Amino acid sequence: MVIAARVVEKNKELCGKVGQTMGEVIVVTSGKGGVGKTTTSANIGTGLAQAGFSVVLVDTDIGLRNLDVVMGLENRIVYDLVDVTSENCRLKQALIKDKRFANLHLLPAAQTKDKTAVSPEQMKALAEELKKEFDYAIIDCPAGIEQGFRNAIAGADRAVVVCTPEVSSVRDADRIIGLLEAADLKNPKLIINRIRPQMVKRGDMMDIDDILDILAIDLIGVVPEDESIVVSTNRGEPCVMDKNSKAGEAYRRITKRIQGEEVPLMNLDVPEGFMDKIKKLVGLR
Amino acid sequence: MLEFISRILGKETASSKSLAKERLRLVLVHDRASISPAMLNRLREDLVQVISNYMEIDETALEFNLCQDERDVALVANIPVLKMKRDYAAKC
Repeated sequence: MVIAARVVEKNKELCGKVGQTMGEVIVVTSGKGGVGKTTTSANIGTGLAQAGFSVVLVDTDIGLRNLDVVMGLENRIVYDLVDVTSENCRLKQALIKDKRFANLHLLPAAQTKDKTAVSPEQMKALAEELKKEFDYAIIDCPAGIEQGFRNAIAGADRAVVVCTPEVSSVRDADRIIGLLEAADLKNPKLIINRIRPQMVKRGDMMDIDDILDILAIDLIGVVPEDESIVVSTNRGEPCVMDKNSKAGEAYRRITKRIQGEEVPLMNLDVPEGFMDKIKKLVGLR
Repeated sequence: MLEFISRILGKETASSKSLAKERLRLVLVHDRASISPAMLNRLREDLVQVISNYMEIDETALEFNLCQDERDVALVANIPVLKMKRDYAAKC
């Protein structure tokens, strides 16, 4: 925690030099649905809060909100994103304080409206407001490339693209990277989610290098497929807090990289089995 | 026999991963160029028609592809010429 506090101080110092204490808005996006945007947003946000930063999570998936249940905060919602942008309430009223970290907040999406209830201009203004209050604003983007996507990226300073090692997901990620760059969000960073080392080893799943080769962007983390994600989502507690979770460890490393630290990739090697040893002996490997 | 052993040990059999990579590569060329295969075909036909006004070409050996390098895409055509048309030269 001492180290975390020092990082915060350093960050404030850096901001101070520029003459302002502005936070940063990071959008988590993917194109395809179901690849882990919400889980990633929840874990990055919680991880940054754990490190001592003030963080707000913003769910922009209007009509299909889920970040609230993943964070275990669904019972505390009074106002939502649309209430804020349409000035039904003040920003402070809509922010839900996390149960575990006092410096972590959630701005939930509206469930009964649709994506056109918010405009990119309104999102830009909101992002400016959030930057004054928080060190980090993590925007959870809806699937697709329509207005929901344009809203989510409108006020972002940086983008993180999540993809799984599947043809459809990589294809959609490529499309999203093109759209992000066209919207002047240069150098998006990639998270490869739900990789299965056993399948990669067998040659039945694309490896990190294969995907980077195709997408040609920087990697910011690799998260292994992990049952603890299901358990932590059931509980409403992001697995980044679970010291025994492999995916949690991966997210802790991603959190550090977001702060600018250099952290090696997690070792995803599967232990050598009996057959592997025989193969080696016979010289087939 | 050897084939059988190596199959048990799982060495050969083209991995599905290389298949995925190859298919992705192809589909992304078209995605990035935002041209559908049908449109590419029409372009090819148009091009053949125009070129045929000037020279006789071998349509069966014609290569016509979108090629990709990093994020750039190039249209590469390899068109074998059988002979030049005499009437065009006469008109000039």
